[in-house]
Amino acid sequence: MINLFFISTEIFLSLSILFLLLIGVFKKNSESFIYNFSCIILLVGLAININLNPQYPIDLFNNSYKIDYFTTLIKSVILISAFLVMLCSLNYVKQNDILKIEYPILILCSILGMLVMVSSNDLIVFYVGLELQSLALYVLAAFKRDNILSSESGLKYFILSALSSGLLLYGCSLIYGFSSSTNFDLIYQNSESIEYGIIFGIVFILVGLAFKITAVPFHMWAPDVYDGSPTSVTVIFAILPKIAALTVIINFLYGPFLEMFDQWQAVIIFLSIGSMVFGAIAAIGQKKLKRLIAYSSISHMGFALAGLSVGTNEGIQNSIIYLIIYLIMNIAFFCCLFMLKRENQYFDKVEDLSGLSKNHPLLSLSMMVILFSLAGIPPLAGFFAKFYIFTAVIEQSMYFLAIVGLLSTVIAAFYYIRLIKVMYFDEQKERYDLNHSIGLKMILVVSSTIILIYFINPNIINNFVSNITVI
Amino acid sequence: MSFPIISSLILLPSIGALFLFFINSKNITGIKYVSLFVSIINFLISIYLWLIFDQSTYEFQFVESRVWIKNFINYKVGVDGISILFIILTTFIIPLCILSVNSSIKNRLKEFLIAILLMETLMIGVFCSLDLVIFYLFFEGGLIPMFLIIGIWGGERRVYSAFKFFLFTLLGSVLMLIAVISIYWIAGTTDVEELYKLGIDPKYQNLLWLAFFSSFAVKTPMWPVHTWLPDAHVEAPTAGSVLLAAILLKMAGYGFIRFSIGLFPVASEYFVPFIFVISLIAIIYTSLVALMQDDMKKLIAYSSVAHMGFVTLGLFTFTQQGVEGGIFQMISHGIVSAALFFSVGVVYDRTHSRRINDYGGLVNVMPKYSILLMVFTLGSLGLPGTTGFIGEFLILMGTFKKSFLVAAIASLGVILAAAYMLWLYKRVVFGELTNQKLLKIIDLNKVELSILTLLALSIIFFGFYPDPFSNTYSVSVENFLNEYNDKLNSYNLQNQ
Repeated sequence: MINLFFISTEIFLSLSILFLLLIGVFKKNSESFIYNFSCIILLVGLAININLNPQYPIDLFNNSYKIDYFTTLIKSVILISAFLVMLCSLNYVKQNDILKIEYPILILCSILGMLVMVSSNDLIVFYVGLELQSLALYVLAAFKRDNILSSESGLKYFILSALSSGLLLYGCSLIYGFSSSTNFDLIYQNSESIEYGIIFGIVFILVGLAFKITAVPFHMWAPDVYDGSPTSVTVIFAILPKIAALTVIINFLYGPFLEMFDQWQAVIIFLSIGSMVFGAIAAIGQKKLKRLIAYSSISHMGFALAGLSVGTNEGIQNSIIYLIIYLIMNIAFFCCLFMLKRENQYFDKVEDLSGLSKNHPLLSLSMMVILFSLAGIPPLAGFFAKFYIFTAVIEQSMYFLAIVGLLSTVIAAFYYIRLIKVMYFDEQKERYDLNHSIGLKMILVVSSTIILIYFINPNIINNFVSNITVI
Repeated sequence: MSFPIISSLILLPSIGALFLFFINSKNITGIKYVSLFVSIINFLISIYLWLIFDQSTYEFQFVESRVWIKNFINYKVGVDGISILFIILTTFIIPLCILSVNSSIKNRLKEFLIAILLMETLMIGVFCSLDLVIFYLFFEGGLIPMFLIIGIWGGERRVYSAFKFFLFTLLGSVLMLIAVISIYWIAGTTDVEELYKLGIDPKYQNLLWLAFFSSFAVKTPMWPVHTWLPDAHVEAPTAGSVLLAAILLKMAGYGFIRFSIGLFPVASEYFVPFIFVISLIAIIYTSLVALMQDDMKKLIAYSSVAHMGFVTLGLFTFTQQGVEGGIFQMISHGIVSAALFFSVGVVYDRTHSRRINDYGGLVNVMPKYSILLMVFTLGSLGLPGTTGFIGEFLILMGTFKKSFLVAAIASLGVILAAAYMLWLYKRVVFGELTNQKLLKIIDLNKVELSILTLLALSIIFFGFYPDPFSNTYSVSVENFLNEYNDKLNSYNLQNQ
C-alpha cells in the first residue's frame, strides 16, 4: 500500500484523465469545462507532489521507480510550467478552433508520461513514460488537422520520433544484453568493466534522448515542427519534453553509467558544442519567430548540456538552474507571441514586430527584456544562467567548451538584437488587439519581472537547486 | 554599519528611472525636471563623498560588502583616490546631458531619459565595484541602454552603428568573462582587495591579461579595434556621444589600472612593448585619419582614439608621472570631448549638418559659441593652461623616463592634434560666410550657454589648478606603483 501512496501524483493524474474522458464522451459542449478543469487538475497535482516531498530517497516497485528531492523538484517544475502554458494559451486555443475535448486530455497524458520518465529507475519504465509522452505529442502537433503545415509537422515528428525511439530501444536492448538487467542500480553493479556493447547502448540511448531535446545533429525536425504546429503546442514542445528528457539524461548518465564518465563525456561535449554553434548560426536567417525560437532553443539546450558534460554536482545543479530560467524566458516569449493578434488572426513573422514599441510600449519592453535575457546580457536572468554553466565548465578547465560557448552567444546575440531592432528602430505598423485574457497578461508581467529582477536576489531560485545531489 | 553612501549613489538614478517610468510621457516638463533633479542630487552626493573622502590613505573607503550569491560572490563596492574622480566625472556629465536633450531629442523623451539614468547607475557601478563579477555586470549591462540610445535616437545609419557597437563590445567582453571565472577557480575569490593581497600565479597571468585586454581594448578603443567608435559617435544623438566619449571610454582606462595592471603585474610588464606600439599607432595613425575627416563628429571621434592612446601609453609606463598623467588625461578628455560633442550638437540642432564644408564664418553670427569652441579646441590640443596640457605633459614626462624614442614619436601626436583641431576650428568658425542657411542661425540660448560655460570654466580652472584632482589620486597611485614594483620584484627574485 505504501508504494501507491508515494506515486499518488501519477495516480491522481491518471484517474483525472479517465474521468475527463468520460465527461467528454457523455456531456456535449464540455470543451471549455474540460480545459479549465485540467488546469485545476495540474494545480492539484502540483499540491500533491509538493506535499509528497520525501526526506530521503524512496525506491518503489522493485527499485524500478524512485522518488527523491530531485525528481520531486523536476516534477513540480513540469506541473507548474504545464499549468502556465495552458493558462496562457487559452485564448489562442479557443480562437483557432482547436479546443476539442481531446486537446487538454492529451496534454495531461503527455505530462503523465513525463512524470513517469522523470522518476524512472528502470529502462522499461523509462521507455513506457517516454512513449506515453511522445504519442500524445504527435497528436498534438497535428491537432490543427485542416492546416497542411500542422499535419505535415505531426507526421514529420511522428516518423522521426519513431525512428529515434527505435534507436533508443535498440540501445536499451544492448545494455540489457551486456549487463543482464534493465534496472539502473543493477546495471551499475553489473557493468564494472567497460564493455563496448554497453558503450554502444549508451550512445544509442543518447541519440534517442538528444532527439527529444533537439540537440544537434538530431535537431532537423525541430524548426518545421515548431513552425507547423499551433503555437499553443509549440510552447509545449519548447519547454516540457526538454525538461523531462534532460532529467532522464541526468538520471541515466549519472546513475548507472557514472563510472564510464570518460566514455560518454565526449559525446555530450560534441552534442553541446554542435547545438550551441549551430543554433546560433542557423537562427540568423530566419524570418519566422517560431522557427527562430526553435533554433534558439537548440542553442540553449547546448548550454544546458554543457553543464552536464562537466561531471560534477555543481554542473548538474547549474544545468537545472539554466533549465528553469530558460523555461521562464520561453514562457514569457510565447506570451508575447500570443499577444500578436489582430481580429482573431495571429502573427508570427519577424516583420510583424516592426515598430511594435510605438504602438505597444509595454509589450515591446517586456519582449526586449526577454530577448536581451535570451541573448545572455547582464544583469538579466539569462546571463546568470550562462554564468553558472560556465563557472562549472571552467572549474574543470574545459576552456575550449567555454570559449566556443561564449563566442556562440555573441553570434546568437546578433539575431536577438535584430528582433529588438525591428521592434524599436523600424517603422510602425497597424496596432494589435489589446483584449488579452488576464491570465496571459499576468504570466507575461510576472515572468518578465522575474527575468528583470533576478539579479537582486539570485539565491531564491538557487536555493531550490542547491539541495540536489545526484552523484 | 554606516550609511551606504556608495550604494545610494548607484541606486538613486535607477530609482529616478523607475519613477520616470510611471510618469505620463506627455508631461514633458515633469519628466525633465525629475531626471534633472535626480541627477543633480546624485552630483551633490558625489561631491559630498569627495569632501569626506580621506586623501591621506590609499585604502578603499566607504566599503560595503554583503552576501549576494551564497558561497560565491559578495556584493562589494568602495572607492579609492582613483575611482572617486571618475564617479565625480560621471555625476558631473550626466546632468549636462539631461539639460542638453531640450533641443536634440524630439520623440520618446521619457525613454531617453530613463536610458540615460540607467547608464548613470551602471557607470557609477563600474567605477566602484570591488568584485570582478559585480564589475562585469555593470560593465556589460551598459550595452543595453547604449544600444538603444544609438539605435532609437541616432542618425541615418544608426542601425549599423548600434549593431557594430553591441557586437564588438560583447565579443571583447565574453573573453573577459572567461577570465573572471578562471580567476575565481585559480585564486578562490573574485574580491579585488583580496586578489591584490593574494596575487595571481604568474603562469596564468599572460592569458588572463590578454582576455581582459580584449575587452578593454575594444572599449578604450585601441587600434585596430577602434572602428566601432567613429560609427557609434557619428550616429548617436548628442547626449549619447557625450556619454560615450566622456565616460564609457574611461571605463576601459579605469579597468586597465584597476584590473589589468593591478591584478597581473608580471603580464603587464611583459606586454609593455606591445601596448606602446599599438598606442603609438593609435596616436599617429588616428591623428592622420582625423585630419582627413569632413564630418565634425568623426573628427572628434578619431581624436578621442588618439587621446586614449596617450592614456594607455601613460598608464603602462608605470611611473608616477605617467600613471597620474593617464588618469588626469582621462578626466580632462572626459570634460573636453564632452564639451566638443555638445558644441557639435549645438550647430547640428540648428542646421542638421555635421559636414565641415557646410560651415565657415560662424564667428560672424555666433560670437559666444566661437569663443567657447576655441577654449575647447585649445583644451583638446593641450595648450598650457588647460587640462589637456597637464595630462599630456605628465604622460610624456613619464614616457621619457622609459624610452626616449617612444616619447619622441608620441610628441608628434601633440603636433598633429594641434593641426587637426586648429584646422577644424578655422574651417568652421573663420572664413567667409558662404552658406546662406548660416545667416539665420542664432547664437547659444541660455541652457546651451550655461552647459558650455560650465565646461569651459572647469577646463581652464583645473588647467591652472589641478591640485584638487592630483591630491586625491596621488597617494593611491603611489601605493599602486609600490605594490606593482613589489610584486614584480618578488617574481623576478623567484625566477633567478
